[in-house]
Amino acid sequence: MNVVAKTETGRALGDAFTAVRDRLPGKGKIVDQRQQAFEAYERSGLPHRRIEDWKYTDLRALMREVLPLAPAPDAAALDRATAAIELRAIDGVRRLVLVDGAFAADLSDLGSLEKGLSVRPLREVLDAGDAALSAQAIASDIANPMIALNGAMATDGVVVDIADGTVLTRPLHIVHVASGTAPVAMFTRSLLRLGRDAGVTLVESYLAGEGAKAYQTHDGLIVSIGDNARLDHVRLVEDSVDAFNISSATVSLGAHAHFNTFGLTSGGHVSRYQLTVTCAGEGSKVETNGVNLINGKQHADTTLFMDHAVPHCASREIFRAVVDDRAHSVFQGRIIVRPDAQKTDAKMMTRALLLSDDAEADNKPELEIFADDVTCGHGATTGALDESLLFYMRARGLPEKEAQALLIQAFVGEAIETIVSDALREVAIATAQRWLEARA
Amino acid sequence: MRALRMMLRKNQMSLLEVKDLKVRVEEREILHGLSLTVNPGQVHAIMGPNGSGKSTLSHVIAGKPGYEVTGGQILFKGEDLLEMAPNERAAKGVFLAFQYPVEIPGVTTWNFLHAALNAQRKARGEDEISSPAFLKKVREVAKSLNIPQDMLKRGVNVGFSGGEKKRNEILQMALFEPAVCILDEMDSGLDIDALRIAADGVNALRSPERAMVVITHYQRLLNYIVPDVVHVMSKGRVVKSGGKELALELEESGYAQFEDAA
Ligand SMILES: Nc1ncnc2c1ncn2[C@@H]1O[C@H](COP(=O)(O)OP(=O)(O)OP(=O)(O)O)[C@@H](O)[C@H]1O
Ligand SMILES: [Mg+2]
Repeated sequence: MNVVAKTETGRALGDAFTAVRDRLPGKGKIVDQRQQAFEAYERSGLPHRRIEDWKYTDLRALMREVLPLAPAPDAAALDRATAAIELRAIDGVRRLVLVDGAFAADLSDLGSLEKGLSVRPLREVLDAGDAALSAQAIASDIANPMIALNGAMATDGVVVDIADGTVLTRPLHIVHVASGTAPVAMFTRSLLRLGRDAGVTLVESYLAGEGAKAYQTHDGLIVSIGDNARLDHVRLVEDSVDAFNISSATVSLGAHAHFNTFGLTSGGHVSRYQLTVTCAGEGSKVETNGVNLINGKQHADTTLFMDHAVPHCASREIFRAVVDDRAHSVFQGRIIVRPDAQKTDAKMMTRALLLSDDAEADNKPELEIFADDVTCGHGATTGALDESLLFYMRARGLPEKEAQALLIQAFVGEAIETIVSDALREVAIATAQRWLEARA
Repeated sequence: MRALRMMLRKNQMSLLEVKDLKVRVEEREILHGLSLTVNPGQVHAIMGPNGSGKSTLSHVIAGKPGYEVTGGQILFKGEDLLEMAPNERAAKGVFLAFQYPVEIPGVTTWNFLHAALNAQRKARGEDEISSPAFLKKVREVAKSLNIPQDMLKRGVNVGFSGGEKKRNEILQMALFEPAVCILDEMDSGLDIDALRIAADGVNALRSPERAMVVITHYQRLLNYIVPDVVHVMSKGRVVKSGGKELALELEESGYAQFEDAA
């Protein structure tokens, strides 16, 4: 007998879905798709440590309660969100804002859209009943329980289409804000479809309004990058210290497409980011880089699945974790090179820096190679700051924390440098700087 | 009258006083009661065989962790140096030019020096130095030491030749203008021209208020930086002190005569 024991939390989630099912956007077939997705989730329930992929992030242990679905933000909530957004405003971007899981048109820049760019709230798309799109938004990747749950519960998000040959110079910035006051759960799902020869930079931020309680953000992003198209992606997780952020991104690349992504997690109590990238077209190129800067009792997990399905593709991963106090960083990177994917060039390097005796970092790089003519490699290291360097720096007058900060900046710099846009690289550096200053 | 007496006393106070210093490393005593008094304006040379404890002394003065001081004391301008963190010592004017300068990848020399100088100034309650003012200052010093500008843009000592690393130490010394400079084998790895340039840099810093402790194996350096006092260290003690002629004597006769004395 293989009965999945339901935890309190698991049961509560079932009740939550039943309670809100009828209020979720979409009718007819979409309702069925939600039901299927939820059943797929229920078959495994909340992932726990005996599931290999979730060994280091046991949601059954970590996620003790199910929070009610966030109500639509009122004027006060929007004001708090606006204040949070302004604090982290990035110049020159087109901002698309989701407050408490609902698209906030008034806080978003929807004016004078470039030719070839279309932006729609997911809720509208679902209510309009676009079958093909909603199937993608709700029912994809349901083998992964948290993606299935996200699809079943998704209330809103943004659906972005960029037409063939359209290269946008103004980055898109999806801002997720939890407005605060009551502990709630949010489920969002966004889609980005880049046509052939198209190009865009997408920034995603996760923020909280002042005084935000222990909210839960569940987010999903589905991206297709057309042949010869290019996506630059920067993701900044600055949730409040009590927050959960369970997110996933599924990215597929066409021929000669290019995907450069960088993620920085400095916020949140428990975060898990599942990134699945598939090189589906020959000659495509992927750079996935990331930094964790965590302390206190934070738990930050980045789980990458890099799928080389076709020949002549290249992927690079640089991941750096800086872990202080009793925090726990997890990086799982699996590269699979399928039998046809000859001439694959895949490399992954992950390094963790432990700043305290109680800090923990689990690095799990995995290579599964089924083709014979490939160049693949991975490496992982974990260590402390070099005492001899620290002494040299202190002997030159730098207080210990400042010396550490310079070494930490250098350590994460290698990953941050991979951000192509100067302006966004500066944003990431400033975010890291804030973390270091808060430590001093 | 009282002010005058205090002034006199202040003038008489030695800059650095090491008294009967005993130091252990990993359960083994390396310095067995070492004493050394350095007055303002003086240049002291310390010579001695490999392993006699010269670098250990310099590390303990600079505050390197891992050394256990089991006896004696170190006073700097009358203050207990051993009570201070390494960065406090630096801010107060203690400088060590390392025998083996470390490489710090990812931290540019320029950035590091600016941060260090400002940290020292901040600790002393002085204003921070702006980037342009710092740039000007560091360029001047670099030029006088024949250090190319692009070295300042590279990671601290990363990929520097042995001689370049040593010159970078002198550059920092000139920049920080410390009260006591301890130079641990600054001559090792320097070619003849570089040695002269570095020594000129050191000599330019000689002043009535400042003191230098020059650790070296070679009398040649002392032709450039002429010492007031020469000490011979052996097995964790100063076994003989004398004038600059002592260095010449050592060159002739070696250390054998002191082995027994120690
Ligand atoms: N961390 C350490 N652990 C164990 N022994 C040490 C340590 N540091 C120094 N020593 C020992 O202390 C003694 C003195 O070393 P030190 O480096 O001070 O000598 P030195 O006079 O500077 O020699 P050199 O002329 O070769 O530079 C040596 O025997 C050395 O092996
Ligand atoms: Mg030595």
